Amino acid sequence: MSGFSVTEPSQRQKWIAGLLVITYAMVTLMPLLWIIATGFKSPEDAISYPPKVLFEPSLEGYVNLFSSRTRITTGMQESLQPAETWYEQVARDSGTIIVGPSRYGQRFLNSVVIGFGSTFLAIVFGTMAAYAFSRFKVPIKDDLLFFILSTRMMPPIAVAIPIFLMFRQLGLNDTQLGMILLYTAVNLSLSVWLLKGFIDEIPFEYEEAALIDGYTRFQAFYKVVLPQAATGIASTAIFCLIFAWNEYAFAVLLTSGNAQTAPPFIPTIIGVGGQDWPAVAAGATIFLIPVMIFTILLRKHLLRGITFGAVRK
Amino acid sequence: MARRVRGLSDRAIAWLFVGPSIVLLLAVNIFPLIWTINLSFTNFKANRLRDVEYIGLRNYERILTDTDTWNSMQATAHFLFWTIFFQVLIGFALAYLINKKFKGNDLWTTIIVLPMMLSPAVVGNFWTFLYQPQIGLFNYVVEFFTGIDSSSFSMIGDVNLAPWSIVIVDTWMWTPFVMLICLAGLRSIPDSIYEAAECDRASKWRQFWTLTVPMVLPFLMLAVLFRGIENFKMFDLVVQLTGGGPGSLTTLTSIDLKREAFEKWRTGYASAYAVILFVTVFGLASIYVKALNKVKER
Repeated sequence: MSGFSVTEPSQRQKWIAGLLVITYAMVTLMPLLWIIATGFKSPEDAISYPPKVLFEPSLEGYVNLFSSRTRITTGMQESLQPAETWYEQVARDSGTIIVGPSRYGQRFLNSVVIGFGSTFLAIVFGTMAAYAFSRFKVPIKDDLLFFILSTRMMPPIAVAIPIFLMFRQLGLNDTQLGMILLYTAVNLSLSVWLLKGFIDEIPFEYEEAALIDGYTRFQAFYKVVLPQAATGIASTAIFCLIFAWNEYAFAVLLTSGNAQTAPPFIPTIIGVGGQDWPAVAAGATIFLIPVMIFTILLRKHLLRGITFGAVRK
Repeated sequence: MARRVRGLSDRAIAWLFVGPSIVLLLAVNIFPLIWTINLSFTNFKANRLRDVEYIGLRNYERILTDTDTWNSMQATAHFLFWTIFFQVLIGFALAYLINKKFKGNDLWTTIIVLPMMLSPAVVGNFWTFLYQPQIGLFNYVVEFFTGIDSSSFSMIGDVNLAPWSIVIVDTWMWTPFVMLICLAGLRSIPDSIYEAAECDRASKWRQFWTLTVPMVLPFLMLAVLFRGIENFKMFDLVVQLTGGGPGSLTTLTSIDLKREAFEKWRTGYASAYAVILFVTVFGLASIYVKALNKVKER
């Protein structure tokens, strides 16, 4: 800090601004902290009045999330062998026995497979298209780019009607492959636009030099451009992954027993008399934490990603 | 760039590279769109095997004269207007404060951004828990600060409160989006402009309205465009929060469309509905983009 500047806010202004922003951040963080906390509450603590901030941690929510159980009477309880594992014990303590795994693990795995699969394809196709749009004279380039962007404006439900009929014809309904192709298409608009921005920023001279050295255009693409665009590709990939991970409308309409992902599944976790909130919160926590970590990793490119490259810091 | 290099010609590579994306988008977007337009003139029902008849514009006529449609349009308009209003207000204020560059502002910005990146369906579902009378955290906080008995009101169940319950959650989730874009706008203003204004003895208040606001306006308008399109399509968050209820008070157009298409299975009718929504969103967006470009030119 050197000298006096008219544009530098005063210390007092900074203090007030900081205080207000931190207050907002605390309030906005509350629902997320509440999700995480509820996951570790017993069902009684979760629905107590007043809401409990301090409570005895319980793993019942997590056990309920991953298992399916059946209720047993106290008499039966006494006639059983002692519980062999800690999770068996947690279930016994709440008057139930575990009869098998729940479907959460499989739904989570679907989310992983569909998320990574569609991200991979969207990045491969997107990088190629973005490179071509960035470096070559493509006929009707602007129209094509706008067309690619406009596919994102359609309400998913509207697109889902013919997709549903088409998938039914092709046998793609409720399959991982169908969802991967669908999410790839939806993510292409984002990946093409973002990656074009990143590739535009790589000076053309590098490739020029490579071409003069006798590289083919293709070699110049993957030996010169790709390494330069690596950060851009990585952050674009994370954005695509987050979109596919969070997507709900297509998932709830086009998948059910087989390829269902976690977002449509988590709200259907029910216990006795309604939603089993600790289990729902546990499922949500496991599902949301990776995205929170990715967000922190992405923070430098966040703005660019959410505006399709329209605003670059 | 007609340089001759070894290997494929540039033109061939260009098509080879753009090809897969275009083919996929044609298959998953354009072909379905044409199919939808075609279906919209029929009485097709996807759950029945019967002969499909072309019935002209009758679907369109029915939709536009159906009070349900107009109710859902109204619910969408209310939702759009108020979410954008609050998000712009709070988002801009936050960006303005963060731009005061207090210590640790980067960290807090990242924390504020978190809700926007999360799955709306999962988070929306959890908000129904926060909104529960008596045991819900939201109701408790309201009781704590205002003294209103937390078991006396239900944000989701009450006809007066439900439209606001979805506005609150959407504002919570998406204010950071507007904030980030405004922040980029504020940071794009060079210090020299303020220094010049200071030399001219312009008051801070005047500087704010004649420099800051006009310079940020194109950014703000872009944020509104994005939020407008997103919230016009809104489905996941609201369907999980209120399911369109109570009654049909929060049945936004997407939820209404989903019922027609996947619960009543009136596929032809729903296709016409979808076409109307496309035309609306494209129409409004292109008018808006024209306005945005005018502001940018100034």
